[in-house]
Amino acid sequence: MATATAGNRSWYKRNEIAATPWVFLIPGIFMFSLYVIYPIFQSFWISFHEWDGLGEKTWVGLANYERLLGGDRKFETSFWNNIRWLVLYLLAIPMGLFISLFLNQKVFGIRLYKSMFFFPFVISQVVVGLVFSWFYLPNDGLFDVLVGKIGIDISGGILGNPNTATYGIIAAGLWPQTAYCMILYLTGLNAVDPEQVEAARLDGAKGARMLWYIILPQLKPATFIAFVVTIIGALRSFDFIAVMTNGGPFGSTRVLSFYMFEESLSEFGFRMGYGAAIAVVLFFIMLGFIGYFLKSMYQDEKGAY
Amino acid sequence: MNFILKASAAALALGVVSTSAFADAHSLSGELRIVSDMSNPAPRAVMEGLATDFGALHPELNIELEIVDREAWKTQIRNSLTANAPDVVNWYAATRMTPFVDAGLFMDLSDLWENPAMAALESTKGAMTLDGAQWGVPYTYYQWGVYYRKDIFEELGLEEPATWEQELANCQDILDSGRKCYTIGSKFLWTAGGWFDYMNSRTNGYEFHIELANGEVEWTDERVRATFANWRQLIDMGAFVDDHQAYSWQEALPFMIDGEAAAYLMGNFAVAAMRDGGLTNDQLDFYQFPQINPDIAPAEDAPTDTFHIPSAAQNVDNAKAFLLFVTSPDVQSAINGGNALGQLPVNANASVSDDKFIQEGFEMLSNNASGGIMQFFDRDFPAEMASVGMEGLQEFMVFPDNLDDILERLEEARVRIYQ
Repeated sequence: MATATAGNRSWYKRNEIAATPWVFLIPGIFMFSLYVIYPIFQSFWISFHEWDGLGEKTWVGLANYERLLGGDRKFETSFWNNIRWLVLYLLAIPMGLFISLFLNQKVFGIRLYKSMFFFPFVISQVVVGLVFSWFYLPNDGLFDVLVGKIGIDISGGILGNPNTATYGIIAAGLWPQTAYCMILYLTGLNAVDPEQVEAARLDGAKGARMLWYIILPQLKPATFIAFVVTIIGALRSFDFIAVMTNGGPFGSTRVLSFYMFEESLSEFGFRMGYGAAIAVVLFFIMLGFIGYFLKSMYQDEKGAY
Repeated sequence: MNFILKASAAALALGVVSTSAFADAHSLSGELRIVSDMSNPAPRAVMEGLATDFGALHPELNIELEIVDREAWKTQIRNSLTANAPDVVNWYAATRMTPFVDAGLFMDLSDLWENPAMAALESTKGAMTLDGAQWGVPYTYYQWGVYYRKDIFEELGLEEPATWEQELANCQDILDSGRKCYTIGSKFLWTAGGWFDYMNSRTNGYEFHIELANGEVEWTDERVRATFANWRQLIDMGAFVDDHQAYSWQEALPFMIDGEAAAYLMGNFAVAAMRDGGLTNDQLDFYQFPQINPDIAPAEDAPTDTFHIPSAAQNVDNAKAFLLFVTSPDVQSAINGGNALGQLPVNANASVSDDKFIQEGFEMLSNNASGGIMQFFDRDFPAEMASVGMEGLQEFMVFPDNLDDILERLEEARVRIYQ
């Protein structure tokens, strides 16, 4: 009986529950494939060629990768700078946490204080970079004047000295990133269960122990998000470098994304094959992190049901 | 931004419509699409004036002028030449043309250069030639040289140096007076390229410099080392301002304007900025980069800006007529005048502005540049070599002890790039 009725109905009616999500997903899948998935494979393809972006592509096999991974010093500098960014950028998380703990109170005007701490995240990264590069100027810059008072003289200024330039840029990047983490933690702190805090207080927990055993575990979702955005922010640290040093002095502040841009799209670039090879390497580095995050997110979701 | 200039409504901005140059020219009709990178205020007015005047000569012609940002054009030109190409575009002379010539995107203009009117442009023909053919026409060029504070030189009793010994002696006097000899801002690298052009061509000659640019000489060659050794004499004296890697060329100007540095090796475009900064003609003067090796004829940096016709242009005849118009003597005199571009005309029959620096530059390039004319480091060297090279030059200026390492790196790049 049932099968006979089903036979008369259209295919869509029969499979409505299974098919509808896919119908809604089609536009998204189409755009995602066209603008994300397809270019990824296109980059793979280009990275096996030598191409100036105008003429014919010449197949060179793995030659770009051999050059890149076989002792290209620009690549090595960029890679180690990326590692520096990854490690030091994570400082934004504890700094954001402490600022948010400090701001999580009810006094007159707290909204104003909060918004002032959040301000650097609102303004463009380009503006932050520009302001910091003035701050770091040799001789006239405020930073140079301040450290000069305690007898430290950095030759070339922070951004002109290859030993300090990358750290100078990371410090500039930490300013808005800390604000971002702070906001994440402030929202997280709203969700902290006051009864648990009360109970812990009755048990005699306070200060660091209270923070470590009671507050932080409840902030785990916020920490996770802060971690993800900070790692991704560190890997795409392009704007600060372009604005503050343009990769200099003598290429000491390059990171992979900037090196990729320089090789493929800058004024003296248009070596598309080599740029694509750098992009592929960067892709795999990011894939490692993103894969890890996706996995832990998936497991969290599974645990929730 | 788009300017559709209806010829009938056009005003004569520059007032240079020359009936003599085009007495025999039949009136053109149809379309002419120009994309120009002359986006700074003065060049922009010149370009708009050119389009207006050309339109007035040919009332039937519909000229469409698009002016794009000069820096952005350096990468935009690639798209522009391939998709829906205009009829006339701006670019630069010498090796900078190579990618587009190799890809067949610039039209071969050798036939245009056979026009008798082009004989007056003979001096720039070499810079427009690649693979034995000409690929565009120049419209302006400017000299490089040492711009210095005349008042400081007078105060210290110094004269314009002609030889390297005088140069070093001058510099020592300037340093002793508590100033720096030269200001430079090497953050964007190319200013160091200018210094290398002069040090190398004065030490080893124009031919050698071009061989190096063409990848025919090793960077680790003894002659290249001699260039750096001469350069290092100045660096070790402390001749250059400190921390120059942190400044752009404009940010390095105040040192000269405030009298903390006495001179600047620069292109003539810097004069306008120096005058804006408050230096008068009594304080500012110019001398040719001094001789280093007395047996070598001086070569000069004189970058040339150009017009080209894309291979995919639709209105080739109109475009060619426009190029002839731009290079004609009267137009050349007008657009390079002191109140327009303030640079040197490419046509030998054009008159040179009476600005003192343009006059001196014209005199120098006409009579005292027998070695040859260089287009500048980043135009003579292929793009990749130029970028690796200028980075090395900047490093050398800050850490001269790294020279061996730098030269090995450049040599490695040379072997790879020119293969």
